[in-house]
Amino acid sequence: MKKWTGLLATMLMLVSFLAACGQGTKSEGANQLKDQSAGAGKEAAVSGSKEITVYTALEDDQIESYLESYKSTYPDVKVNVVRDSTGVITAKLLAEKDNPVADVVWGTAATSLLVLDQNGMLEPYSPAGVEKVTPEFKDSQNPTHWVGIDAWETAFAVNTVELKKKGLAIPQSYADLIKPEYKGLIVMPNPASSGTGFLTVSGLQQLLGEEEAWKYMDKLNENIATYTHSGSKPAKLAGTGEYPIGISFGYRSIQEKKKGAPVEVVFPKEGSGWDVEANALIKKADIKPEAKQFLDWAISAEPMKKYNENYAIISIKDDAAGIPEGYSKDPVSQLIKNDLNQTAKNRDATLAEWTKRYDSKSEPKQ
Amino acid sequence: MKTTQGAHLFTTGAGRDRFIQRTAIFVMIAGLLIAVLAPLMSLFSRAFTDRGGQYIGLGNFAKYFTTSASMQSFQNTMFISVASSVISVALALGFAFTLTRTAVRGKRFFKSVALLPLFAPTMMHGIGLTYLFGHQGIITTGFFGALPWEWKIDLYGPVGIILSEVIYTFPQAYLILLVALSFADYNLYEAAETMGAGKLRKFLTVTVPNIKYGLISSLFVCFTLSFTDFGAPKVVGGQYNVLATDIYKQVIGQQNMGMGATVGIILIIPAILAFIVDRILEGKMNSAITAKSAPYRTGRNRLRDTLLFTYCLIISGAILVLTATVFAAAFIKTWPYNLTFTLDHFDFSKVAGEGMKPFWTSLKVAAWTAVIGTAGTFMGAYLIEKTRHFRLLRQAGYFLSILPLALPGMVIGLGYIFFFNNRDNPLHAIYGTIWILVLANMAHFYSVSFITATTALKKLDREFEMASESMGVPFYKTFARITVPICLPAILEMTMYYFINSMVTVSAVMFLYAADLKLASVSIVNMDDAGDVAPAAAMSMLIVITNIGVRMIYELATRGVRKKSAAWQNREG
Repeated sequence: MKKWTGLLATMLMLVSFLAACGQGTKSEGANQLKDQSAGAGKEAAVSGSKEITVYTALEDDQIESYLESYKSTYPDVKVNVVRDSTGVITAKLLAEKDNPVADVVWGTAATSLLVLDQNGMLEPYSPAGVEKVTPEFKDSQNPTHWVGIDAWETAFAVNTVELKKKGLAIPQSYADLIKPEYKGLIVMPNPASSGTGFLTVSGLQQLLGEEEAWKYMDKLNENIATYTHSGSKPAKLAGTGEYPIGISFGYRSIQEKKKGAPVEVVFPKEGSGWDVEANALIKKADIKPEAKQFLDWAISAEPMKKYNENYAIISIKDDAAGIPEGYSKDPVSQLIKNDLNQTAKNRDATLAEWTKRYDSKSEPKQ
Repeated sequence: MKTTQGAHLFTTGAGRDRFIQRTAIFVMIAGLLIAVLAPLMSLFSRAFTDRGGQYIGLGNFAKYFTTSASMQSFQNTMFISVASSVISVALALGFAFTLTRTAVRGKRFFKSVALLPLFAPTMMHGIGLTYLFGHQGIITTGFFGALPWEWKIDLYGPVGIILSEVIYTFPQAYLILLVALSFADYNLYEAAETMGAGKLRKFLTVTVPNIKYGLISSLFVCFTLSFTDFGAPKVVGGQYNVLATDIYKQVIGQQNMGMGATVGIILIIPAILAFIVDRILEGKMNSAITAKSAPYRTGRNRLRDTLLFTYCLIISGAILVLTATVFAAAFIKTWPYNLTFTLDHFDFSKVAGEGMKPFWTSLKVAAWTAVIGTAGTFMGAYLIEKTRHFRLLRQAGYFLSILPLALPGMVIGLGYIFFFNNRDNPLHAIYGTIWILVLANMAHFYSVSFITATTALKKLDREFEMASESMGVPFYKTFARITVPICLPAILEMTMYYFINSMVTVSAVMFLYAADLKLASVSIVNMDDAGDVAPAAAMSMLIVITNIGVRMIYELATRGVRKKSAAWQNREG
């Protein structure tokens, strides 16, 4: 009996100790989070909740310069940016459906936002200045569920030095890519993870019709060396010549060329598949005013100017703005006819079929 | 009654000791349950649910084993693991043999170089290989066309993975075999010689049987490491899918946690097998040497020494070239077209590295893991080894302490998501903070440190505790004044182990870091994913240099301590 009371007392002590530990880690953890927000400084810690979480699929090398004007206008708001490939961000948002972490989605494929919208995850909100946005680049409902900032399109980055060594011509079209001489020289992004991969596949479907598109991709698959996680990697691999032909997107291919890699940027003759990088508000119990403020800012003049430095097609037409270096004279004519809503509806099926056909490509080397 | 009991507990020193020790044992067990067992259980239960969290029995497993692509991944993983472990152990055997049984020069140099791969994240071996053997690699192109020959291997796929895993597992195999080879009974060799056995025969009939447990153990360790590694297949695997990259695709790519958990369980199986074999061998290995054994004497043999010296030189050369290539790539402007020097790749602000922040976060996590991990592990080992309460609980504690040995990092990471990212869990608050990273690392690397601590404690005579107890000295004074100082070399070794492994690991923490707490090793994976290979090389280099630097500081700082305690431990000898 004595022994048991002793044991009981010990247990009680233990439990309270553990509870105290839990408390301890909790407050420590909170401190830690605050430490991390050192950028916003003490104000954030004092005023408390001025913090938003932004999910984005924008490029790593763009985010910082885009956010400059936001940070100078709203120095007291801490922005937690979660960046990943389009497919990953989409999957993450869907997985967190019942318990959303993000306040805002920024610069993520419209076809992905449409999927979220079909799941009832977006809160309609028309940001200030939405009337200036070209109708094709925003939701047709009022208030809008999503608003685009720019469009991006398929482009090939082709390494001229390596192709010359092999005595091959620079491919100019999708039709060229399936020629046998390019076997093992082409890299393409995996559409399940990469937005560029997806718009390329959906672009082909709309160019050729569904069935023909799969037939074409079967042949293309023969020539593909590997599928990459991100849409940027094929252009970068073409830049180093590791694989001379990368199916990528305009911005990244031009960027590689600017950095001095011997690549030529090719917009396929048949036309490019495209998608809109768009913003939306996430539906959740406590929608922060800062989230809406962020969406207003995201289509205002300053960031638009920045988007335009990288993308030829932005969602608010500005006649004064030029076309960034590297794009063709009339970038809009390069885009194929594209039904974003339909593409979004087929997204799951398309990706499932694609994964089934090509994901474990290298498997039987028997 | 309670009061008298309480009074009794605290009035006598022994009672107080007993109370503190018993409480501590409970705390340790609770800690192990939270950090190891509960997450593992959560993982197991999640493997039987679908995406929405509905119970579907063996549905996930059925789906997994009926999909041809998954079966292919399983076969691929088996293939690369078997090949890597056999090659790695064979190479390591030659290396360890040279260092223990021959009179070659430069042993110190070889010893240090062989351990170099331990300081690098596995992604780095892959990156190094692409710069050497990729389509634009130095060796593939014959030093960019400067040499008359080219050497093309099909790097992306099984070849690349196996090469990386061999580099990754080589030091582990070498360390095990070094220990196995350093114990030998020279009498056996003399006997063999008298019976007219040739050199090869001696090697096969005396040396090999003598180290067979070491061989089996190293094979299993290498197999498990290759089977569960994520970094190398991610970088050089191409389209060759393995289980670890499948988990990554399921969990990160599709956020399909149930399927991720299922693959995770499949990933544990060989690790559990290896664990069991290792435990069985552990008991047998001790009995190989008796009091009558004579230490090995190295004979003179010019030819043997020259050959093996060359062999070690080639292996060390390969490791150094690989590392040097990564370092060089980090400073080259546009590989392979513009080979001018640049520091641009160390500016991580424009790539997935997001500036230097991941590096600092990694340092912080590694430092905390080293400090808290060492303290916790040593005390845990002490309670299990040196106290005499709750025998059953202590045995359970021992089991829980060595269990993480069988848990791949990805399994720990997934288990932690399921267990801690649950709002009903009072410990939910640590989710998304630095502390979950520290805790995951502690759990991941607990066992080896625990074994180090236990081995050190076992060398200490129980008389210390008994003597202090009979003199009425509280146990914690004995602990602080005798146990800790004597075990200091082991303690420092554990700290190093925790630190270095926390710097290079990616598998567990990959699933757990919050948006503003990205780690350097994770940023390497992200940068490689985005095609920013040169910055990834630069970040790898920072990690390696940090680890080597810390190791050197440790060596210098502890030289005195180690001499002192070595002298003390060997005072009779």
